[in-house]
Amino acid sequence: MEIKEIIQKTNAFLAEEFEVSPESITPEAELKATLELDSLDYIDLVVAIENNFGFKVKPEDFQGIVSFQDFYDYVIERVKQKELV
Amino acid sequence: MNRVVITGIGIYSCLGKNLEAVKDSLFQGRSGIVLDPERKAFGYRSGLTGWVDRPELKGMLDRRARLMMPEQAEYAYMSTREALAMAKMDQDFLDSREVGLLFGNDSSAKPVVEATDIIREKKDTMLVGSGSVFQTMNSTVNMNLATIFRLKGVNFSVSAACASGSHAIGLGYMFIRSGMQDAVICGGAQEINLYAMGNFDAIAAFSVRESDPAKASRPFDRDRDGLVPSGGAATVILESLESARRRGATILGEVIGYGFSSNGAHISNPSVEGPTRSLEMALREAGIQPKDIGYINAHATSTPAGDASEARAIHSVFGGCNTPVSSTKGMTGHECWMAGASEIVYSMLMMQHGFMAPNINFENPDEDSAKLNIVTNTLNKNFNIFLSNSFGFGGTNSSLIVRKWE
Repeated sequence: MEIKEIIQKTNAFLAEEFEVSPESITPEAELKATLELDSLDYIDLVVAIENNFGFKVKPEDFQGIVSFQDFYDYVIERVKQKELV
Repeated sequence: MNRVVITGIGIYSCLGKNLEAVKDSLFQGRSGIVLDPERKAFGYRSGLTGWVDRPELKGMLDRRARLMMPEQAEYAYMSTREALAMAKMDQDFLDSREVGLLFGNDSSAKPVVEATDIIREKKDTMLVGSGSVFQTMNSTVNMNLATIFRLKGVNFSVSAACASGSHAIGLGYMFIRSGMQDAVICGGAQEINLYAMGNFDAIAAFSVRESDPAKASRPFDRDRDGLVPSGGAATVILESLESARRRGATILGEVIGYGFSSNGAHISNPSVEGPTRSLEMALREAGIQPKDIGYINAHATSTPAGDASEARAIHSVFGGCNTPVSSTKGMTGHECWMAGASEIVYSMLMMQHGFMAPNINFENPDEDSAKLNIVTNTLNKNFNIFLSNSFGFGGTNSSLIVRKWE
């Protein structure tokens, strides 16, 4: 899967799942603040990633993720790992 | 002791999604029963059910609130919004007072089944998502409504099978009567999905008259062959007379009696003696005589044994009074956990608008129902006091008496 495609898909499901405007999602924006995530929402983020990309996320993986760019990098790496298997 | 009045009612049922629509259905004797082909494909003996669409809550509630709600909580949200609006209780009022919440609910099957399916397939509990745990508990309606409306008073669910909604109102009455609460939002909610009723279908409790769904639920009729499951939600707002007067609320009626009993016998077979004690207790509590009751909304669900027992209980207490009786379950089917609350709403609508809704499909009496004055066609008649019965598995019985406010 191309990086551009992964980012588009990620933006689309985040906007839909967390009901925010697609324009509010930019690489520099903060993930938690933009999506208004509380502790329960991270569970739904795990579910959304599984549904869209087919890999399981451990909640602790989110610890280093601040911006959407951090999130894209994480998802891209996991997708690429999965494709190599 | 405080007097307890009703200042708001709301309904979301197979007879309509609001009070006005439901009033029309009741008056016209319109059935809300359908044949659901999915149930047959799923393995049901009977595919009959009452039906109401789930409300679209996007735009009314935020994502977090909606994620926590199973269908019966959605129905309860709709009926409670309507009741609060009627009672003129806005959010400022709810924020400034300790308003209670007692809802009848006795299952939440669909979220349990769906979550279990996910865990079985994915071998990972987290993939059920964050809303699942709040949807699966029996108290789900309470936890959702209490959060959405930021309620600060008594807050628990009443789980008493098909008498849940009635006992919820009875308990709300007791909380206000004793002075422990000024206002309590009471009600009952019932899921309709096919996961909810499979084990009920398993014990052959349901009518199999699938060729004519509107004729399937026939309380008290000689040829009845079982109940039809149904659902939705109903809300009844109780308030102390003093509180209602202080804020100038419109008073719709007064709860004057609550009776209850337990059969102390079989888990599913009905009794005559248990319901009779519940009826007598409600009358005693209200301080009135059987002849004072203008209308009886019967529990009668269209099962052979249940209707016969109730007919005998009513006859033993009201024999000689010729009190008009109807079971609205001919139209609605059996709204189970919700029925005790919805039937108060239905009876309130009749009392407000001066009619008695028909016990549709009552064509031929049996030896027990022949002794009752069953309303077969809509009766344009004013009445001032009604009694509503609700009975449930395990032998739990509840009777409520409401008087018109004049």
